[in-house]
Amino acid sequence: MAKLPDEELMFQGTTACPGCGAAHAMRYTLKALGKDTIMNLPACCWAVIPGVWPSRNLDIPLLYNAFEATGAASSGVRAGLDVNGIGREVTVVGFAGDGGTADIGIQALSGCLERGTDTIQIMYDNEAYMNTGIQRSGATPYGAWTTTTPVGSRQAWKKNPKKNMMEIVNAHGIPYAATVSIGHPESMIDKLRKAKEIPGPKFIHIYAPCPTGWRSDPSITVELCRLAVDSCVFPLYEIENGVYNVYKKPKKKIPVREYMKLQGRFRHLPENEVDRIQVNVDREWELLLKKEAFTKEQVV
Amino acid sequence: MSKTVIVSGNFAAAYGAKLSRAAVVAAYPITPQTEVVEKIASLVADGEMDAQFVKVESEHSAMAACIAASNAGARAFTASSAHGLTLMHELLIWAAGARLPVVMVNINRAMGPPWSVWADHHDALAQKGTGQLQFFCESNQEVLDSVIMAYKICEGSDIMMPAMVVEDAFILSHTKEPVEIYDQELVDEFLPPYNPEYKLDVNRPFGFGSLGMPDWYMDFRYKMAEAMDKAVDRVEEVNKKFKEVFGRDHGGLIEEYKTDGVDVLIFTMGSISSTSKDVIDELRAEGHNIGLARLRTYRPFPAEKLRELTRNVNVVGVLDRSYTFGHMGDSAGEIKAALYGHKDLILKNYIVGLGGRDLTPKILKNIMLDTLSLQDKELDEEVEWVDLRINQERWRR
Repeated sequence: MAKLPDEELMFQGTTACPGCGAAHAMRYTLKALGKDTIMNLPACCWAVIPGVWPSRNLDIPLLYNAFEATGAASSGVRAGLDVNGIGREVTVVGFAGDGGTADIGIQALSGCLERGTDTIQIMYDNEAYMNTGIQRSGATPYGAWTTTTPVGSRQAWKKNPKKNMMEIVNAHGIPYAATVSIGHPESMIDKLRKAKEIPGPKFIHIYAPCPTGWRSDPSITVELCRLAVDSCVFPLYEIENGVYNVYKKPKKKIPVREYMKLQGRFRHLPENEVDRIQVNVDREWELLLKKEAFTKEQVV
Repeated sequence: MSKTVIVSGNFAAAYGAKLSRAAVVAAYPITPQTEVVEKIASLVADGEMDAQFVKVESEHSAMAACIAASNAGARAFTASSAHGLTLMHELLIWAAGARLPVVMVNINRAMGPPWSVWADHHDALAQKGTGQLQFFCESNQEVLDSVIMAYKICEGSDIMMPAMVVEDAFILSHTKEPVEIYDQELVDEFLPPYNPEYKLDVNRPFGFGSLGMPDWYMDFRYKMAEAMDKAVDRVEEVNKKFKEVFGRDHGGLIEEYKTDGVDVLIFTMGSISSTSKDVIDELRAEGHNIGLARLRTYRPFPAEKLRELTRNVNVVGVLDRSYTFGHMGDSAGEIKAALYGHKDLILKNYIVGLGGRDLTPKILKNIMLDTLSLQDKELDEEVEWVDLRINQERWRR
């Protein structure tokens, strides 16, 4: 195993739940980007995890902002630094949850990407509104229980697919986007550092399980991440100037059932629904490989 | 060298931002504000204005970007109107809570539905509790001057609050008037560079806007209240200083027009004040002892000055170009509250000019004659809507 950077910019005293994927997400992000980082945090778990005023467990400047405003705040910080003569030596990061990215923040994110702000916009994805208590978001997967997609006698679980944020951001023609996982910290740090070196708007999708909301054992957060990658539920890939690169291909693809059965949020699903999810995961995986093959071929 | 140009209120706003050396401008277009944005875009494109223009995708993002830029230590400016302003509402409160001296120009426009792009104060007055200082302007020159003064007031280390300079749709925004564009060096001397004590800095990291528990939150709010109280005197001080440097006096908190020893006082806001002053002249020539007070600073509300002004007045007529549904015109309610327990007088509220309805000298004269008549009779109605289609005959005769 490759050694992770020693530099620690996140300290004890977080208010995160046991086994929180988002806490790992921040720690590795800061290990990758270093202390010359200014971070925007909208309403999300990470608006609370750094601690209550005047405490703060992150040793970088933090700018808290309104839920839907992360992309705009990133543009504003970059402009404010620019007029004061501070350039690429400082990395401006927007660090939002899946709701703050895929739902309420999608307009500001889109604006930020379209106007070409030099920033890394990060979505740490725990697949629901976890800070407010496990309500469904646009990033909640098909089949999942949440408090707003309860399993009742007349209506049960989320019937809509998860938004594909990578395709949405890629449609903006940005130079770099990548999915990363806290279960693969070395490659996560590697991709974040790559993003930091590229001027312009970048997008990083971090897979960050929430044991509280997923009804999973807090001790298996990292294992879940690895199962998500090995089952191709959450493939690890990057898109650089439109060229796809699937950088972690499972040696042996495992059934999605193996991933889902460890999470209480899928407990209610009948076998035929799990089969249906498997078909969809397989299709998406094949499609991704074809995109990779096609875009790499085009480059050559 | 200063020069006088013939420009719209919107251009005056843009020149105000330029002279103030606003370094980051983030704005989204909305009628009738668009010319402010266009003018700034062209000033930046031509290299006449040294600023970053962030082309945002909404007004909400405009204020979010201004807040972030201000947090990064830049002087930030935006402009909006009506639906754009109300979309910003969350972040107007945020800018105040974050103690950032972002200055914006709002072009007063009626709120839909029905859709309207014309003058009406509802949009700005609905923001009176957000923590913005609010300056209602009467002329294009005042718009330019107020932007400069707003930065001067708001950037004071004991104030650090955002401000809104307000001009009426079309009547000012699209009407050209002579406006003096001051010598940049003179403005620079009056308004030094923005240099906040705390900002986003990787060498001195702070968190801005984190979670405040009940044992702290209220004290932060009290500090904002204190800053607003201090701003009352600061508005007058900066107004005085501005007069010394630039030779213009817009009245500070309240502009008084022929108020000495009057029995009857008319209160106005914004552009209707100019026409109203002409009518005051006419009525005084006819022997009526009437004067006018223009509420220029609406937040902080100039309660003390209002009490002084009405000490020997018996009848007051308050014109509101807005209505707070379920009660009365906004400024009438504020004036009544400020006078309660200090002065017992007759106050009548006139609701006028909503959605850009024209206010002719004739109508204004009939309003003032109505106010004058209250010296000899009991108050007929506390609030009266003027020049409705059902009562036009009375007000236009």
